[in-house]
Amino acid sequence: MNARSVGIVIVSHSPKVAEGAADMARQMVGDGFPLAFTGGDPDGRLGTDVAKIIAAIDAAWSEAGVAILCDLGGAQTNSEMAIELLDEARRGKVVVCRAPIVEGAVMAAVEAAGGSTLAQVIATAEELYPP
Amino acid sequence: MFSPAQLQGLIEIVCDAVASHADELTALDQAIGDGDHGFNMARGFAAVRGEAATLAQKPPGEALKAAGMLLVMKVGGASGPLYGTLFMALGRELPPAPSRAGVARAFGLAIDAVKARGKSDTGQKTMLDVLAPVHAALLAGEPLAALADTADTAAQATIPVEATRGRASFLGPRSIGHMDPGSRSCAVIIRAACAVLGSAGT
Repeated sequence: MNARSVGIVIVSHSPKVAEGAADMARQMVGDGFPLAFTGGDPDGRLGTDVAKIIAAIDAAWSEAGVAILCDLGGAQTNSEMAIELLDEARRGKVVVCRAPIVEGAVMAAVEAAGGSTLAQVIATAEELYPP
Repeated sequence: MFSPAQLQGLIEIVCDAVASHADELTALDQAIGDGDHGFNMARGFAAVRGEAATLAQKPPGEALKAAGMLLVMKVGGASGPLYGTLFMALGRELPPAPSRAGVARAFGLAIDAVKARGKSDTGQKTMLDVLAPVHAALLAGEPLAALADTADTAAQATIPVEATRGRASFLGPRSIGHMDPGSRSCAVIIRAACAVLGSAGT
């Protein structure tokens, strides 16, 4: 088997949005692909949870890196906080993409499944939000 | 220097102040945000209060760092990493025997950390609009009792500002005329902390 592709993590305020976006990405890349999602605050209400984001990064972990797709402000800030709390060897291999969550997750997963590097996966997702 | 009992009292009073203002913070956030600020802050500070006795056994800097980490893990919104970063950086930078100048210096560095975390600066209708003037007053030698008023005045001053950062920025000009919830929670915390620190004679 080839080395594990870049992993994808989906972080939404809404557990339903996170799961739905993951379903759409999974439909393109299949069950063996390293993909994880999380949504909801520590009580399961709309929001995000740093501990759950760290768990999702662990679940989708790949030595090739992990790309995070997230929705609004708090999801991004909490994802960046989660990255900082990773051990030093992993920290530099996880990146939050500036891309729409659903389309970004699908595009990033397809790119990653083709064996692309983390930088290529990020670039593909971020083409959806031109500078 | 603080005794563990004084530190525990400080932690509990600050956490209780957040809890007792939760509904007000939520109402402010319902006006221009997603309406979860009071609930999220109450959950985070309840977690800190639950650990108050344990935290109070640590040196103040370590207690601040541990409280900040609890907020990061428990708040559940952007205010978690923002307040968490504020307290963790303050704890990291606090000298072992804090003088007023030492606290002011550490507070300034903690504000810089919040700016970096939120990719934000003053004037955008955020908690920074309270933190920065309080820091300036601290540097200028303002008494603790007056610092709380400075924080309240600064929070009030966010009312006519149009938000350009955070959820309220989505409302554009409609964010004008409402107090920033994060500025209000900062002022609540600063008033509670100053009351305890003032009575401790520090």
